Amino acid sequence: MPEATALDIPADIAIRLSRTMMLIRQFEEKIVDVYGVQDMKTPVHLCIGQEAIAAGVCENLRTDDYILTTHRGHGHCLAKGASPRELYAEFYGRRQGCARGKGGSMHPVAPECGVLGASAIVGGSLPHAVGAALAIKMQGGDRVAVAFFGDGATDEGVFHESLNFAALKTLPVIFVCENNFYAVSSPILARRCNDNIVLHAQPYDMPNEQVDSMDVLKVYHAAHRAVARARAGEGPTLLECRTYRWKGHVGPEADHEKGCRPKEELEDWMQRCPVEYLNQLLLAEGIITEEALAESTREIERELDDALEFARQCPFPDPREVLENVYYTGA
Amino acid sequence: MPWTKVYLNVEEMADTLQKEGLRGISYHEAILEAQAQAMESDDRVFIMGEGVDDPGGIFGTTLGLAERFGKDRVMDIPVAENAMTGIAIGAATVGMKPVFVHMRNDFLPMCMDQLVNHAAKLCYMTGGRLHVPLVVRAIIGRGWGSAAQHAQAFHALFMHIPGLKVVMPSTPYDAKGLFLAALDDGNPVMFIEHRWTFNAVGYVPEEMYRVPLGEGIIRREGEDVTIVALSQQVYEAMKAAAILEADGISVEVVDPRTLKPLDEELILSSVSKTRRLVIADVAHRTGSVGAEIVCRIAETSADILVAPIRRVCFPDTPIPASPVLEEAFYPGADDIVEAVREIVKGS
Ligand SMILES: Cc1ncc(C[n+]2csc(CCOP(=O)(O)OP(=O)(O)O)c2C)c(N)n1
Ligand SMILES: [Mg+2]
Repeated sequence: MPEATALDIPADIAIRLSRTMMLIRQFEEKIVDVYGVQDMKTPVHLCIGQEAIAAGVCENLRTDDYILTTHRGHGHCLAKGASPRELYAEFYGRRQGCARGKGGSMHPVAPECGVLGASAIVGGSLPHAVGAALAIKMQGGDRVAVAFFGDGATDEGVFHESLNFAALKTLPVIFVCENNFYAVSSPILARRCNDNIVLHAQPYDMPNEQVDSMDVLKVYHAAHRAVARARAGEGPTLLECRTYRWKGHVGPEADHEKGCRPKEELEDWMQRCPVEYLNQLLLAEGIITEEALAESTREIERELDDALEFARQCPFPDPREVLENVYYTGA
Repeated sequence: MPWTKVYLNVEEMADTLQKEGLRGISYHEAILEAQAQAMESDDRVFIMGEGVDDPGGIFGTTLGLAERFGKDRVMDIPVAENAMTGIAIGAATVGMKPVFVHMRNDFLPMCMDQLVNHAAKLCYMTGGRLHVPLVVRAIIGRGWGSAAQHAQAFHALFMHIPGLKVVMPSTPYDAKGLFLAALDDGNPVMFIEHRWTFNAVGYVPEEMYRVPLGEGIIRREGEDVTIVALSQQVYEAMKAAAILEADGISVEVVDPRTLKPLDEELILSSVSKTRRLVIADVAHRTGSVGAEIVCRIAETSADILVAPIRRVCFPDTPIPASPVLEEAFYPGADDIVEAVREIVKGS
């Protein structure tokens, strides 16, 4: 554990960040626990280790702001306020799932809190955030849109096309790249000439920051600046959030168990657990107590147990529903 | 009825319309008018595309719109079709109604990911919680050596994709009416226009009206053979029908207008009557719309045909450049006449 730096945000925000990260961590760990039963029939891309990004960014957002996410999107949805019940129900393929059992783990959606969906095509949802930002600009107001995506997405042309257009039209969008240094098992330097994703902002004169995302406070501040610029009509920002995923690309095992990367690498990163880091800081500053933290953990556990139970009790869709929702047929 | 009529020459059109006191305008003017009225009546509508605000105005179809509605609503865009399609999708999911114009169909493969994986899927993948009201205007070119990458048509490809709708208007009346219906539809609609129909003229009401998606139309009634003709081939089929009439062969011309959803009933009822079928398309043979139509007939009414079907379509080769090769490549009225004679004679 590195030395805790002084807490430089109000205590209530810090407590919320902690709570959001714990919610995400426990939400994902619960999936790890039940996945072996093989009744959650959906490919899960867990974000354990990366929680600070979802929490730090979304803490700056309002319900009427939009986010777009990816195959690794559980954390983003939770941080934006999506219901754990509806998420789990979706993963169990149930009718009360957020996508009525049509999307699974890779396509969560929660329009009521600004989650405009997720694409499992790498880079696919990036331009949707730009489009939402274009709509915001046309419709007026100070809402913003956020695109979450991985380092792999920066290999795709659509990433570059999206940045260009957002900068060209000064759109209120924040590009949040979660650079976990891998796309499936391909290390970033096997795919790109350098691993500095922020450099891509330069040709577009786009403000950018490379953020150590094991420290949620750093993420929070960087996102705060980006969101403020976007709300003020000053256009897009590229944030490169450096992070690490603890689990494998898909499923509950770790990559070293599959021989995809060295165990030591994971262990080094695990020394810098983002949840632990903030909680230690809060304890050191006397903002929370050990007891409060334990209670918080138990409370989240109860909420998630309830959500999981709800999901398992939900009915499956009627098989006839397979033919529904192909086309929109009116509100 | 004036709105179902296909006019093969301008004089005939002018004459008839004048007699009936109706307004005749061209196909490209009809599209221009439809877009202008849509933008006038609905703030959510905007047009985007490479060169939509240039002096040519996309063959006249966007002429003057940028001046009238501003360049924010009639938006020139980067040459980045995939992201721009995704951007249109994103805007559509939050209440806008984008119209994306492509000068050529051939550029659509650049945005196949956003069209096929995203526009077509979002409604289903989200259990109906999002939908994508998007009209993609895709223009088919032809001639003057346009060659392999500037004259293709992809309606068969798009027709294969659940979640997309595919429209191919042939007349000015349908161009306007189907455009406005497509814009109201709430789903991604591939609106495929053929350059060679742009100067066709016909009756087009001044007010806004809709031609429902999924309703085909009989362009000419006949007894002996049905020609299902798509887009510009409707004109070739009408010419062929006139030639064949002189031979004593009575031809029915069916224009499906929408390919997805397809007016199967209309096609089936026509073919049930004539018991012979020729399909005239503006694309390659293999995996074509014609193949789908024939399959649907075979699935429900395998025994109605008394003669082999014929497809008048592009050969399975890329499109060539030389005028001589183009002439050899493109099928027209002559080929339709020949196809009809073959199957009428043989049965
Ligand atoms: C267009 C496309 N190509 C390939 C894949 C297969 N694939 C799924 S996830 C992934 C890696 C994504 O890496 P990254 O964007 O860094 O996200 P991460 O999984 O690391 O969060 C790949 C290549 C895909 N889903 N889409
Ligand atoms: Mg990655």
